[in-house]
Amino acid sequence: MTLPRRRFDTLVIGAGGGGLRAALQLAQAEANVAVVSKVFPTRSHTVAAQGGINAALANVLPDNWHWHMYDTIKGSDYLGDQDAIEYMCRAAAHLVIELEHAGVPFSRQADGRIYQRRFGGQSQNFGGEQAARTCAAADRTGHAILHTLYQQNIRARTHFFDEYFAVDLLRDEQGYILGALVLEIETGEPLIIEAKTTLIASGGAGQLFRTNTNAHINTGDGMAMALRAGIPLQDMEFFQFHPTGIAGKGMLISEGVRGEGGYLINRDGERFMERYAPHALDLASRDVVSRAIYTEVKAGRGCGPKYDHVLLKLDHLGEAVIAQRLPAIRDMARTFLHIDPVEQPIPVYPTAHYTMGGIPTDRHGRVVVPAGHGEERIPGLYAVGECACVSVHGANRLGGNSLLDIVVFGRAAGNDIIEYLKENRYHRPLSDDGIAAAMARLTRWEQRGDGESVDGLRRELQQVMEEHCGVFRTQAVLEEGLAKVRQLRARLDHAVLKDHSRIFNTARIEALELENLVELGLATVASALGRNESRGAHSRVDYPQRDDERWLRHSLYFRDGETLDYKPVRMKPLTVESFPPQERVY
Amino acid sequence: MKFLIYRYNPETDQAPWMQALELAEVRPGMMLRDALLELKAQRDETLTFRHSCGEGVCGSDGLNVNGRNVLACITPLKGLREPVTVRPLPRLPVIRDLVVDLSGFYHHYRAVKPYLIAHDPEPEVERLQSPAQRERLDGLYECVLCACCTTACPSFWWNPDKFRGPAALLQAWRFLADSRDQATAQRLDELEGPYRLFRCHTIMSCTDVCPKGLNPTRAIGHIKQLMLTHQV
Ligand SMILES: Cc1cc2nc3c(=O)[nH]c(=O)nc-3n(C[C@H](O)[C@H](O)[C@H](O)COP(=O)(O)OP(=O)(O)OC[C@H]3O[C@@H](n4cnc5c(N)ncnc54)[C@H](O)[C@@H]3O)c2cc1C
Ligand code: SF4
Ligand code: SF4
Ligand code: FES
Repeated sequence: MTLPRRRFDTLVIGAGGGGLRAALQLAQAEANVAVVSKVFPTRSHTVAAQGGINAALANVLPDNWHWHMYDTIKGSDYLGDQDAIEYMCRAAAHLVIELEHAGVPFSRQADGRIYQRRFGGQSQNFGGEQAARTCAAADRTGHAILHTLYQQNIRARTHFFDEYFAVDLLRDEQGYILGALVLEIETGEPLIIEAKTTLIASGGAGQLFRTNTNAHINTGDGMAMALRAGIPLQDMEFFQFHPTGIAGKGMLISEGVRGEGGYLINRDGERFMERYAPHALDLASRDVVSRAIYTEVKAGRGCGPKYDHVLLKLDHLGEAVIAQRLPAIRDMARTFLHIDPVEQPIPVYPTAHYTMGGIPTDRHGRVVVPAGHGEERIPGLYAVGECACVSVHGANRLGGNSLLDIVVFGRAAGNDIIEYLKENRYHRPLSDDGIAAAMARLTRWEQRGDGESVDGLRRELQQVMEEHCGVFRTQAVLEEGLAKVRQLRARLDHAVLKDHSRIFNTARIEALELENLVELGLATVASALGRNESRGAHSRVDYPQRDDERWLRHSLYFRDGETLDYKPVRMKPLTVESFPPQERVY
Repeated sequence: MKFLIYRYNPETDQAPWMQALELAEVRPGMMLRDALLELKAQRDETLTFRHSCGEGVCGSDGLNVNGRNVLACITPLKGLREPVTVRPLPRLPVIRDLVVDLSGFYHHYRAVKPYLIAHDPEPEVERLQSPAQRERLDGLYECVLCACCTTACPSFWWNPDKFRGPAALLQAWRFLADSRDQATAQRLDELEGPYRLFRCHTIMSCTDVCPKGLNPTRAIGHIKQLMLTHQV
């Protein structure tokens, strides 16, 4: 079977903020770029980001990039790579200004400059007073940035393949990545996109967990594609649970609410964060606040008839502040809870939010794998955004650093690709063998007859992940979880679809997504089981301490044989002194 | 709860048909998208619709429900008349079931040059904008491109190729209203003529249905007014 083929210099998989920022850099340099997205670009989940993007502009309070760097490293529980973190924090101000020039409608302060709010884990002077570093467009910052980046790509005439689903990477025998097999969702027709460079920017995998803040499409496809291409995933045990999802439903209530002065209370009306983070209180790091809420509820101090959540109080901010700074949060509370936060507190509980782990890259977005005593790059392959692990977030991401990550490394990858293309001018030949394996993933779902449903299996997976790999973990619970996910993977082999139409077959897309999620579930549980310490978002009740002696290193999970390997954290920044690990208190 | 859902698969159906489906349990707080997901999971896997964020920000799930365009994920089941009649957004080509072809809608959006155009050299810092200037963008930049308004507009039904439609015009105004944009004359020129802008007869259906509470009619009025002052 010969499939239709298209050829581009660069294939970008994903049209969220990461993919679009990279595509813009490339299109402006007149490279021939194709952006493939399974949804129309402005429907990517970057659109849902609320609170803002970090940069030490010092518009509201004194600030500089070095303090931002310190906070990011401390927030990462010292697992972040300090060269990449320095690079990101230094670039931040320039990139936010660039977004403003591109048209992002940031909120403004009286002097006309960009408004910045307080966010968790931010300090002045290396651990001193609270900083205000998060640049905001009301509480719709992600929407503002994503739409602006898409608009600028329209202007730059980027080539979009909207509603195309990437199935698998294509790789030759020398290890070069030569593009991907994609599926046009509307017609069900497969297509080969050949490219000299491929950038994965496919976002996170929040759909691994039952209650999450993520969109239906956040199934980590690009990470699973990397695994199948023989590339390991890094630090998958670190999954961020956001402290304030709407209890029982999962939609996010931005940290911006606490940044504007909201705070958490338990059943007794007590402001309990005073006990867990006496200094930073409600603006401690997310892992710290999530554990505090979980502990309060476990101790019977939860609110509501089932004692199963805590309350986020913001009525004291007054209607004017809420209407101006938090309009979308107010809408959401009204729509989903029928309460007006101007009058009533919002019930919240920790909710799966952000994938810290992902495809291992260096600070140019180049995908790297272990080789000998060091690392080597996968030629032709790049990754940025939530699917990648640079690693700037380490064991725990700070709020406002992800929107920053996607624009900083989207641009960096774009620049590196331009260099790579100068040295690699020609397409390498693509054999049919690699294509056959990728096609088999599609044809497998043509199978008919009786079998389990994809939907049922996905629900089970999400339940297992929540119960066995949540905020607190133990060896026994994780081991059981691993066995269950393995069983689910075996059962998925026998699942069948009832919908066999070629036209806009969403059931088939969901089947392919579930295959990806199961791979990532295994990677997450296996990596969590491997790490016998507590660090950042990974809390092992049986190993409650951080253990820098043995565990100040990144995990790497390989699909082949489900094996784990480790590599050192890059402790050496680019120009400044290293920040050695210290006890982490807020 | 009883549903009547528009179905059409060009591979197998001669013509569109309405499928009666029943949802066994309506839980408190359930939205229409939750119902469609359950019907798809439990009754008929082939039922096809777009959706993603589940919270009204991605704009994927614009549908016509009991005659009104809505976003399914923020439409409570409670209060909907039965049988709940669910159709694709009106007057666009149907790809399958509730999925419509939005390429014409996107074409009009791209045609209004929905990006900031500035000619002055870029300063090293941000361009200044007062809170009052910034406030003029409120109610404009929040559009989620769901197409609920444009597909409810009678002028668009009659001239889908030539009239830009309320969503695109709202974005045209979003940039005209931006103190940082310097392409006012060019933008206004491109909206000249009897169709692109002036097919709007202020029928207000767009504003009436916008699930984000935006007001394209008012934006269109502002553009018309600006055109008048610009000409003299
Ligand atoms: C509710 C919420 C609020 C947030 N608020 C903030 C905040 O205030 N500040 C902050 O810094 N961060 C925030 N974050 C995190 C941040 O928004 C995300 O991490 C970031 O936007 C991810 O961007 P991305 O470009 O990597 O991926 P995404 O925006 O998720 O885009 C992924 C893209 O990949 C495409 N794709 C995926 N799989 C495939 C496939 N198989 N084939 C084709 N295309 C595919 C999708 O269509 C999409 O275009 C928030 C996250 C959530 C969920
Ligand atoms: S006000 Fe204008 S754009 Fe809106 S529905 Fe009426 S004719 Fe259409
Ligand atoms: S103006 Fe409202 S109805 Fe129209 S596309 Fe935008 S959000 Fe949808
Ligand atoms: S699913 Fe995103 S707007 Fe409804």
